Amino acid sequence: MPRRRAALVPLLAILLGFALGALVVAATGRSPADMFAALLQGLSGVSLAARSFNPRYPGEFLVQAMPIMLTGLSVGFAFRTGLFNIGAEGQLMVGSLAAIAAGLWVPAPSLVHVVLVLLAAMAAGGLWGAVPGWLKARFNVHEVVVSIMLNYVALHLNNWAVVDLFHSLDHVKTPVIPASALLRSPTLSALTNGSRLNWGFVPVALSLLVYWFLIERTTFGFGLRAVGLNKECARYAGMKVNRSIVASMTISGAFAGLAGAVITVGIFGFGRAIPAAEGYGFDGIAVALVGGNTAVGVFLSGLLFGLLKAAQPLMQSQGIPKEIASIIQASIVLFVAMRLGIEHLLQRLRSGTGPAATGEAEP
Amino acid sequence: MNLLGTMIPIALVNATPIVIAALGGLFSERSGVVNIALEGIMMVGAFSAASVTVLLEPAASAGYLGMLVGVLAGVAFSALHAVASIHLRADQVVSGTALNILAGGLTVYLCQIFFGQQRSDAFATGLSKISIPALARLPVIGGVLFRDVYPTTFAALALVLATWFAVYRTPLGLRLRACGEHPQAAASVGIDVLRMRYLGVLLSGALAGLAGAAMVLTQDIQYTIGSVHGTGFIALACLIFGKWNPFGALGAGLFFGLSQATSIYAKDIPFLHAVPQDFFYMLPYALTVIALLAFSGKSVGPRAAGEPYDAGRR
Repeated sequence: MPRRRAALVPLLAILLGFALGALVVAATGRSPADMFAALLQGLSGVSLAARSFNPRYPGEFLVQAMPIMLTGLSVGFAFRTGLFNIGAEGQLMVGSLAAIAAGLWVPAPSLVHVVLVLLAAMAAGGLWGAVPGWLKARFNVHEVVVSIMLNYVALHLNNWAVVDLFHSLDHVKTPVIPASALLRSPTLSALTNGSRLNWGFVPVALSLLVYWFLIERTTFGFGLRAVGLNKECARYAGMKVNRSIVASMTISGAFAGLAGAVITVGIFGFGRAIPAAEGYGFDGIAVALVGGNTAVGVFLSGLLFGLLKAAQPLMQSQGIPKEIASIIQASIVLFVAMRLGIEHLLQRLRSGTGPAATGEAEP
Repeated sequence: MNLLGTMIPIALVNATPIVIAALGGLFSERSGVVNIALEGIMMVGAFSAASVTVLLEPAASAGYLGMLVGVLAGVAFSALHAVASIHLRADQVVSGTALNILAGGLTVYLCQIFFGQQRSDAFATGLSKISIPALARLPVIGGVLFRDVYPTTFAALALVLATWFAVYRTPLGLRLRACGEHPQAAASVGIDVLRMRYLGVLLSGALAGLAGAAMVLTQDIQYTIGSVHGTGFIALACLIFGKWNPFGALGAGLFFGLSQATSIYAKDIPFLHAVPQDFFYMLPYALTVIALLAFSGKSVGPRAAGEPYDAGRR
């Protein structure tokens, strides 16, 4: 499929998603114009109503986009290699735990400490991701179900570790992680009027580069993709299919683990017990799908969904329930999944009425 | 023994929505459509049931009408999954994921519109417990199983039997299963595969909607984003744990219900009180993974589940 057409379906899905969102807002007696104004404010910091500019909003928008780009890379890497990693959420939580452990327990000088924390998170996330990969390779157990289950195991592991292992005083937060292990940046924060913007964008940018290079430019990545496209064919060509599945899930998990570190040592500075999963894994699925599982696509759709998340409090303050963001996000995912329907629609628009002459589109 | 007497009723209350939703998953997967949207459909069912109950109370039938609306809402919501994954051949896991995200957003959005807060208003009673006088006097089990039990628990048991009968003892059930095993073969003898799959998914919507309604009306005082808290995924696990068989799903559901009850009472059980509660919460999920391993290699699930139907394939 030519590249231009490949981007057409996600773009149309985004348009339809926002149109549906605006419709829901209008149908429930709120103003769609307010919704778009909130999105503009989240993006640029410019408030049309108050005629003011606050750089804190674009700062927070980038903060929201960073972790979901990483979970997007995680899910995307698995998709490219024929796997469905619905477990990014759990890998993220385990990565966050490793980051806390390395931050609190391992004394190290400033820059070394941060790198250590990020590597620990990637290793832990990678291991957690390797489990469903290995189970699929060795026992042919479906990775989706195993990953969903491991998400819940990770959630309760997180809540136990925060309270008992790291000795939380208030049963909600771990002690504060030393500054040497944090990605905090007073400069970036000051530049954006006190937002939580931090050095997290450095590992995110590196990850995007590594993803692109690994998957598009190396023999290793080509092998993984080949297994994803056709297992039997890859096996016939002499590729080690089982090893490739485990490797894919490990790398996929490492991206998600890194997201956990970026959240914990970038945004918060301490570990948190949480009542339920926060949805970064599902965000990652949306980011990867809309971004067509390419590095550039993940970057762009990460910005889009980060913006939706960042605009939530702004919409809420306009009287539009902030959950409209989830409704729009889910609709976009659903429309992308309905690719076949959208392509039919496009063909029909092109060729007037009646079924298209070119016949059935590929599913 | 006394402790067991308090734990079993709680285990039954917990197991009820799990079993009903697992039966929903069974219809869908037996017809060949993987339904990981059970969780989202349950949320929609729970939200609708809670809202209608709040609206109609103090009428005695409020809870029952709430459940009815929950079922209808579940059917309507699952229709999205049906259209996407059957007609438009969407990836069934992606479409299910979209529905799960949508359910969380839509229900809380509507709570803010209707109730002006992140949750529904609280209902007064929800569903009332009932007793079966004749059986409640039975020694030992009578007091535990037949006194002060929610009607939904009996409904779950009846649905298990009905599902078994429908799936294994009727022509319709045979056709449904055929579509999940080898749809092309089913089509070759004149079965409308797409129609059977629609039936499977919509039935799963009805049952998951009922499960969500039963859950919120018996275990909660209002609908919140956390009302269903992963029960749909546990139901999916039960379906696999129970090898896609209604009685297996019942057994697995009871086991999971008991393990949840154990986590609540663990601090009162001498040899378990040292184990952190979080590990009990983990248990059902960890056990599901182990169960998957135990069944690996044997093809126990519907063979064509997860694949869009392609009439041109052999």
